[in-house]
Amino acid sequence: MADRPAHDYSGFLGWVEDRFPMMETWNKHIAQYYAPKNFNFWYFMGSLAMVVLAIQIFSGLFLAFHYKPDTSLAFASVEYIMRDVPGGWFIRYMHSTGASAFFVVVYLHMFRALIYGSYKGKRELIWLIGMTIYLALMATAFMGYLLPWGQMSYWGAQVIINLFNTIPLIGESLSIWIRGDFVLGDATLNRFFALHFFIPVLVLPALVFVHIVALHAVGSNNPDGVEIKQGPKGNKWSETAPADGIPFHPYYTVKDLVGVVVFMIGFFAVVFFAPEMGGYFLEKPNFEPANALKTPEHIAPVWYFTPFYTVLRAIPDPWWGTVAMFAAIIMLFFIPWIDKNPVKSWRYRNLAHKFNLLIFAAVFIVLGWMGVEAVTPVYKELGTRMTQVYFLFFAVLAIHSRPTSNELQASSVFFILGLAVSVGIAVVLTLFGSGFLNGILLGLLVVALFVGARMLAEKLYGETPKGRYVMWFSILLGLVLIYDLLFRLNLEAPGEAVQLVLQLPLIIIYLGATLLLPAFKPAFNAEKPVPERVTG
Amino acid sequence: MANSEVDQSRRRFLTTATAVVGAGGVAAVATPFLSSMAPSARALAAGAPVQYNVSKVEPGQLVRVMWRGKPVWVVNRTEQMLGDLPSMEANLKDPASDDTNMQPEYAKNGVRAREDKSAYLVLVGICTHLGCSPTFRPEVAPADLGADWKGGFYCACHGSRFDMAGRVYKNVPAGANLEVPPYYFMDDQTILIGESGGKA
Repeated sequence: MADRPAHDYSGFLGWVEDRFPMMETWNKHIAQYYAPKNFNFWYFMGSLAMVVLAIQIFSGLFLAFHYKPDTSLAFASVEYIMRDVPGGWFIRYMHSTGASAFFVVVYLHMFRALIYGSYKGKRELIWLIGMTIYLALMATAFMGYLLPWGQMSYWGAQVIINLFNTIPLIGESLSIWIRGDFVLGDATLNRFFALHFFIPVLVLPALVFVHIVALHAVGSNNPDGVEIKQGPKGNKWSETAPADGIPFHPYYTVKDLVGVVVFMIGFFAVVFFAPEMGGYFLEKPNFEPANALKTPEHIAPVWYFTPFYTVLRAIPDPWWGTVAMFAAIIMLFFIPWIDKNPVKSWRYRNLAHKFNLLIFAAVFIVLGWMGVEAVTPVYKELGTRMTQVYFLFFAVLAIHSRPTSNELQASSVFFILGLAVSVGIAVVLTLFGSGFLNGILLGLLVVALFVGARMLAEKLYGETPKGRYVMWFSILLGLVLIYDLLFRLNLEAPGEAVQLVLQLPLIIIYLGATLLLPAFKPAFNAEKPVPERVTG
Repeated sequence: MANSEVDQSRRRFLTTATAVVGAGGVAAVATPFLSSMAPSARALAAGAPVQYNVSKVEPGQLVRVMWRGKPVWVVNRTEQMLGDLPSMEANLKDPASDDTNMQPEYAKNGVRAREDKSAYLVLVGICTHLGCSPTFRPEVAPADLGADWKGGFYCACHGSRFDMAGRVYKNVPAGANLEVPPYYFMDDQTILIGESGGKA
């Protein structure tokens, strides 16, 4: 076994240190972990997420002292906590507000990673572990929402579990296995309570632990996206530490403490003054006990799921809607391999990339808003257009990886790509009974689009960055148009067809801002030189 | 111990064999855990048919009956509602009820009900999209559903629409017609939901 580093702790601390690496761990991860000196507001979110996790585990434990996971008792036991248990209302409102706060903090944390490219430079695993945490968080929140056994609990869970029903062949048995019964009932509530305890208390902390171990092995990114470990060595505290690093403790522990204080002010303002948050944190139908005979007039998931719910509703087919919804989450896993631009931070990326990220954030918010609204032709179309932009974002992100590239993929590459797509579509359509011929025709159309866009771009602008942007603009717009014309345009419903046309400019504006502006206005395509060392 | 004394291939065989037997053991022990999550014997037993007296259901009225924990609707359709059904067919995904999983053989017809009691529509009140219970909207051309609406069921969750025979509209999220459960009339007034009776 390798020797442990010598220490000069004495007394009790020394006695412990001889037997257990307490100070060694403290130093490695806190006191002598050198983080970049230029962290800003966005870097509060990671520590805040851990604070909220602690709040949730602690308040959840005390709720479990009184809660009863039984369909005939659950609703009443929650009311009992609210009315009869001393301080019960306070603990429950902390827990329900904490669930929403968790997602606020985590969404901001994820956006930070996007703008500063924190998934790059050997940090792909940190991103993947983080995404796994996000999935575990969503599963936990979903199961927790069933526990009060109110109307929204019941029908929300009914819809989400039935998503699995849409999977061909195994779907029905899978959803029965998840429920433990043919209908949502006591078996489901009981197991959801057990899992709502197991995942956040045992699985989440373990995932957070490996998230941080991976982060501390590689080192933190920062708003400049400059690797401090590759810069000069030697700072006030250590000869060998990066010159632009400062010890996490006391500098960032104190900074994060300020963040925690400000966060707590907002958090408890909600707990005390607006625990239901106008029906967004605690939905009104959930104050009625679950009734299997009657769905509430208007059901919507809690706000943090609504963006994906809109994606689900955007596709008028149960199975493909479910596929799109899960694809919207799974795409995020691949971001480190989609964005291959060596420049990490958006500070030094081109303006078009900044537009892309800001529009993506705005689209995510609009998708969330659509998810709580009832379906009207205008909102249905807006939800669909926003879903399209959501998926186009990933393609544009890949195109922005090489903003000055003049590479127009060879026609033969596009032909083979299109052929592969066409065979894939044909197989899928045959499996789902829409005919092999339709699939081949659609595939040929896709091939023609790819090859045609390439030839057009070459003819107009040759092999230049301008040509490359124009080519991808034509391909992406063409794919949207093919999808609209073949799968969505329904002249028998004129109201929806009009909306389809009226809202098409949203796609054109998005693709124009991210692909045509940098093509024709050099100022939108120019990347700035990345400094040698962190700034500020 | 020197390396030359170790029979490496025997060691590798023993390691692999141990791992394989261990994996078999894990699979064996996982089986009861996974199957413990399937419906219990008690849940399997709770599928008894239910009786309902339809004599008090007014024309145009819908009543809800609980069967296997699911809402079942019984609608006494008016002449007007039945008369409007053929005119809906152009707007429907499956007007002829060709999806045989969604109704018993005796309900595969234009009204999706037993021919001798065609006014009574019996449906499982669960949307075939994601399982919400749609709202009964018998009125003609309400403001929110448009001028073409001739009565039917509207699912507020995701906007699916069904006509007065539970048949799904085109261009809505649901893919199949509402399910007609097995049922038969025990006598003129009593319906039994859950069994097809002798005349199935």
